[in-house]
Amino acid sequence: MSRPEELAPPEVFYNDTESFKYTSSTRVQHIQAKMTLRALELLNLEKEQPHFLLDLGCGSGLSGEILTEEGYNWIGMDISPSMLATGLDRDVEGDLFLSDLGNGVPFRAGTFDAAISISAIQWLCNADTAGVDPKKRLLCFFNTLYSSLRRGGKFVAQFYPMNDSQTEAILGAAKVAGFGGGLIIDDPDSKRHKKYYLVLTAGLSERTVNLTGATMEAPVMNKKVNKKLLRKMESGKDFINRKKETMKRRGKKVALDSKFTGRKRRPRF
Amino acid sequence: MKFLTTNFVKCAVKGCQSSTESFPLKYSDCQLVQEEQEYNPEFLVHMLERLDWNAVIQVARDLGNDSLPPTKPDSLDPIMEEDQAVLKDLHTLLVETQIVEGRMTCNNCQHVYHIKNSIPNFLLPPHLC
Ligand SMILES: C[S@@+](CC[C@H](N)C(=O)[O-])C[C@H]1O[C@@H](n2cnc3c(N)ncnc32)[C@H](O)[C@@H]1O
Repeated sequence: MSRPEELAPPEVFYNDTESFKYTSSTRVQHIQAKMTLRALELLNLEKEQPHFLLDLGCGSGLSGEILTEEGYNWIGMDISPSMLATGLDRDVEGDLFLSDLGNGVPFRAGTFDAAISISAIQWLCNADTAGVDPKKRLLCFFNTLYSSLRRGGKFVAQFYPMNDSQTEAILGAAKVAGFGGGLIIDDPDSKRHKKYYLVLTAGLSERTVNLTGATMEAPVMNKKVNKKLLRKMESGKDFINRKKETMKRRGKKVALDSKFTGRKRRPRF
Repeated sequence: MKFLTTNFVKCAVKGCQSSTESFPLKYSDCQLVQEEQEYNPEFLVHMLERLDWNAVIQVARDLGNDSLPPTKPDSLDPIMEEDQAVLKDLHTLLVETQIVEGRMTCNNCQHVYHIKNSIPNFLLPPHLC
C-alpha cells in the first residue's frame, strides 16, 4: 500500500469521500484515540488543572474528541476543508482553523499550555508544488509553534516518517527553533505497531515529559522535585478542600457551602 | 469561533510576525450566536491571567459591545461565591459568544481573513507565505 503523502497534497487527498471514510472507520477511530492518549501520557500535564491545547493537523477531530473527554480545551488547525467540515458535523468542542501548518501557527506568544499532533507532520516533509521548500516550511512551523507555547510548554507529535532523513529533518528543524527533547519509538521491533513520537519542550519546564519505559535518542532535562511540584501533585479535589478549609477558617464564605453572601458584587458586564 | 480565540489569533503573514499591529485583528460584518457551553470557572481563571484585556475591549467594541469594564477583573477564585457572577459573565462573553460569519482584518498589512461556518480561513496566497 502506498503512503497517502505520496498520492496527493493533503487537502486533495482528504476530500469529502476520504474524510468520511477516515472518520467513520472504527479501526481508525480506535488507533487515533490510542495514539492521542499516548501523546497525552508523554505530555505529562498536571491532572485536574485546566490546560489550553493546540491540536495540529486536527482533521475531523478524532484526536480532539479525546482531548475533550480528558477535560482539555483546545483549538485545532487543519488544511483540509472536508476534514474540518466533518469535524463540524460531529460537533467537536474545539475551535477549528483552516490553515497550512507549513505557513506557521498564527497565535500570539504564550497562548497554549501544550500542543499535540497526531499523524500529521510527516506531510510537512513533502514538496507538493514547484518552489516549495519543505525545510523552510518545517522551520516556520516549529519557530511559530515555539513562540505560541508558554515557556516550558510541551509538544508531542506522533508521526509517520517515510525514512530516516524525514525524521532527521523534523528533529533538526525543532532543534533550530529552540526546542529541547527528542524521539520516542514505541514497539520498535514490530513493523506493524512501531510508532514514532516527537517529544519536545519549549524552554525549561518544572515538570518534564513522562518517559517511563521509553528510550530516548536525545537527553531531556532531569526532573526537579520541589515544593511547588509536590503541591501540584495533590489532586484537584484535595486542593479545593484544603483551600476551602483555609477560607472557612478565615471566616470567608465559599461557593456551594452558601448560596448567598452579604458581600458587594463586582461590577457586571 | 469563540470570542476567547480572538484574544490569541493574529495575522499569519510572515512580514507581520514582529509587528505589534497584527494583534488583535479587526472584526467586521460579523454574525454572532450564543451557544450554551459547560461552565468551567477553573478554566476561565486559568485563561484570565493570559488575556490581553485591551484586546478584549477592542474586539468587543468591533462586535458592538461597549460596556466592558476598563480593567481586567482580577484575583477571581472559582470556589468563592462572591466571584461567581463575574465568572459567569466572562463565561457568557468568552466561551458562549461565537462568531459564525465575518471578516478579520490585519491592522498592519490589511490582509482580510474570512470566517465561514465558524471556521476562520487562514490559508495564505503564495506571495504572502
Ligand atoms: C491522518 S489525519 C489525522 C487527523 C487527526 N489528528 C486524527 O487523529 O484523526 C492527518 C491530517 O493532517 C492534515 N494535514 C496534512 N498536512 C497539513 C498541513 N500542511 N497543514 C495542516 N494540516 C495538514 C490533513 O489534512 C489531515 O486531516
